[in-house]
Amino acid sequence: MNLTLSEEQEILKKAARDFLEEKCHKSFVKQMEQDEKGYSPEMWEEMANLGWIGLAFPEKYGGSGMTFLDLCVLLEEMGRACLPAPFFSTVVLGALPILNAGREEQREQYLPMIASGKATFSLALMEPEFEYGPKAIAVEATPDGDAYVINGSKLFVPYANVADYLLCVTRTSKREEGITIFIVDAKSPGVNYTVLKTMAHDKLCEVLFDHVPAAKGNILGQLNQGWNEVQKTVERAGVAKCCELVGNFQWVLEDTIAYAKERKQFDRPIGSFQVIQHYCADMATYVEGARLSAYQAAWMLSEGLPCTKEIAVAKSWINEVSPLIFNLAHQIHGAMGLTMEHDLHFYTTRAKPVEFGYDGDNYYREVIAKEMGLA
Amino acid sequence: MDFAFTEEQNRFREEVRDFLEGEIEQGLWKPSCDAWIQGYNPEFTKRVAQKRWIGLTWPKEYGGQERSFVDRFILTEEMLRYGAPAACHWFADRQIGGSILKYGSEEQKREFLPKIIRGEMYVGLGMSETEAGSDLASLRTMAVEDGNDYIINGQKTWTSGAWFMNHIYLLARTDTTVPKHRGISEFIIPIDTPGISRIPMIDVTGTEAWNDIFFDNVRVPKKYMIGEKNRGFYHVMEQLAYERSGFERLMGNYALFEALLKFVNETKRNGKALSQDTVIRHKLAQLQVEFEVGRLLMYKVALVMDEGQAPTVEAAMSKAYATAFEQRLANTAMEILGPYGLLWAGSKYAPFEGMAAHSYLGSKGYSLQAGTTEIMKNIVATRGLGLPTS
Repeated sequence: MNLTLSEEQEILKKAARDFLEEKCHKSFVKQMEQDEKGYSPEMWEEMANLGWIGLAFPEKYGGSGMTFLDLCVLLEEMGRACLPAPFFSTVVLGALPILNAGREEQREQYLPMIASGKATFSLALMEPEFEYGPKAIAVEATPDGDAYVINGSKLFVPYANVADYLLCVTRTSKREEGITIFIVDAKSPGVNYTVLKTMAHDKLCEVLFDHVPAAKGNILGQLNQGWNEVQKTVERAGVAKCCELVGNFQWVLEDTIAYAKERKQFDRPIGSFQVIQHYCADMATYVEGARLSAYQAAWMLSEGLPCTKEIAVAKSWINEVSPLIFNLAHQIHGAMGLTMEHDLHFYTTRAKPVEFGYDGDNYYREVIAKEMGLA
Repeated sequence: MDFAFTEEQNRFREEVRDFLEGEIEQGLWKPSCDAWIQGYNPEFTKRVAQKRWIGLTWPKEYGGQERSFVDRFILTEEMLRYGAPAACHWFADRQIGGSILKYGSEEQKREFLPKIIRGEMYVGLGMSETEAGSDLASLRTMAVEDGNDYIINGQKTWTSGAWFMNHIYLLARTDTTVPKHRGISEFIIPIDTPGISRIPMIDVTGTEAWNDIFFDNVRVPKKYMIGEKNRGFYHVMEQLAYERSGFERLMGNYALFEALLKFVNETKRNGKALSQDTVIRHKLAQLQVEFEVGRLLMYKVALVMDEGQAPTVEAAMSKAYATAFEQRLANTAMEILGPYGLLWAGSKYAPFEGMAAHSYLGSKGYSLQAGTTEIMKNIVATRGLGLPTS
């Protein structure tokens, strides 16, 4: 047992911290919130050159041959910096499913393109009436000669506004699990997106598919057997998001402690008051639990070990403590923390881990209940 | 990073489980809550000693096994899972032996450590006094030099199971002319030394949980002082990190958790198992998540110890967190059991021998003993996070 990062991971972490501290100021984050694209293509190219986008791809696909765990270390730093970029959507929601479930020619076609920063991806999974599970997928792909035609509406698709390709999860059979994933060129006629206004201004989109043609060759995995990969993607993404949030929480903890040391009332730093000290101790405990549970799941996934329970533990814990951390952080910062002048809001608005909206807490508690043998 | 145990550690865990299951099958004892602190069973301690499981981390030259603290935590985690009556040796094994190893003389190591390892030396803790709780350094029990001895006068309280102990660890003031932290020394004294008397205290569960211990002109040879004179407070602060750090802070009432899970699977209301009630399922799943996080915090403590450091901050964090978990567990059991939860061991209808009522009341002490939750959070905030004290 060893809960520390390897030397290589420490180097990656430090390089990421240095790069992001230099390039990803909060003024840049703020600017990107108002930007149409929501990211900087120049910075994207730099990240590709640093080998970050293809970090976890094998070298033969233009990647760096590092692990999912290494990717999580990088994501933690991106979470700490509130990096506005289609990184999570492209790598975790787009590339890893292709790496995992794609045919060799699909991997050869897409992964080098992704790693070099030439193509961005996203996942079109959720729908307006969404309850997590295959039966809720209503967007249909119907056979049309040698190909398929996709119709319907997808919601909460991150960075669809700039995506070159979308993995679209469709219904191809009346059978409950008759789900197929298509790799769709996002510039195809009939693909229309609307950027939704979110509290973090982070480019979640609605995507309408109106008679969008999709070739059989663009099926990811097998016809009617796509749900398995959706489930794996959701698990992977859940863990990756947990690690990203660990970075978010860590910044908030450090910032709050610094503020408690510096802010004076009654002629003494507020951090010398026992109540404030205990708030900070509670925050540190929540963050430590988040870090340990997130990295446990990331390590197990990375090692290819079964970890349904560990993923659910990390997700449940982080869903639970995120609002607690932010309630305390805001309480300690006072009203200043609620202003746009202070940086805390960047973190508060990005820390609600509801990325797939599937009734998160109940879903994961149910997973745990089964794992613990409740009849 | 590696969250897994080694093959050898997995085999060790299996071996411990087999041993404990065998003991239970033979009817030697029954799993119970708080057995690590209230289950005094010298025969069990002897059998554990025969397995060479006391002093697991200590050097071989004193009879130890030189194994890691992670190994020791595997052992204690399983002892607690099965609610094994390990109280006779627990304190000596957990903290006193380590303290002797670090600060004791060679003679003390050779005298005490093999005795602890053989399961023959049980050491009660004489730290708190009626006026010295969280503010331990204000203790008043005096040890005054007299030739080759010290003469001890004073009173200790909250000493767990002193009736069963054959030695007592004592903190006493040896210099009144210096600031309070700098005039305290440590002793280990045979409990049958003339002048020591005891009065039991009954806790809210009806258990004889503690003793007041009185020292009336107790003459103790100097060779029983541990470490340097007047440095005792600094030694004990480190010892307390070991006291606070283990699985007993997370799994003191684990026997109740196991019994409760079995109960909800087997008990039907309105034709279906309680475990199929969504609210009950989710309450228990929530506890399981909290337990799993607590378990990670505990193994992190063990890893810090394996680096040779006193886990001051990590132990404080894990204790404050884990004891609150145990209290929520006891409360959830009471909620699920309804009025049956009120029933005491021995009563008609009492589910799992009144464990819920016992735990609901007994767990109130978890956040007090070995350092209150308030002191734990002070340590995390000031020592861990660097917040100012004034």
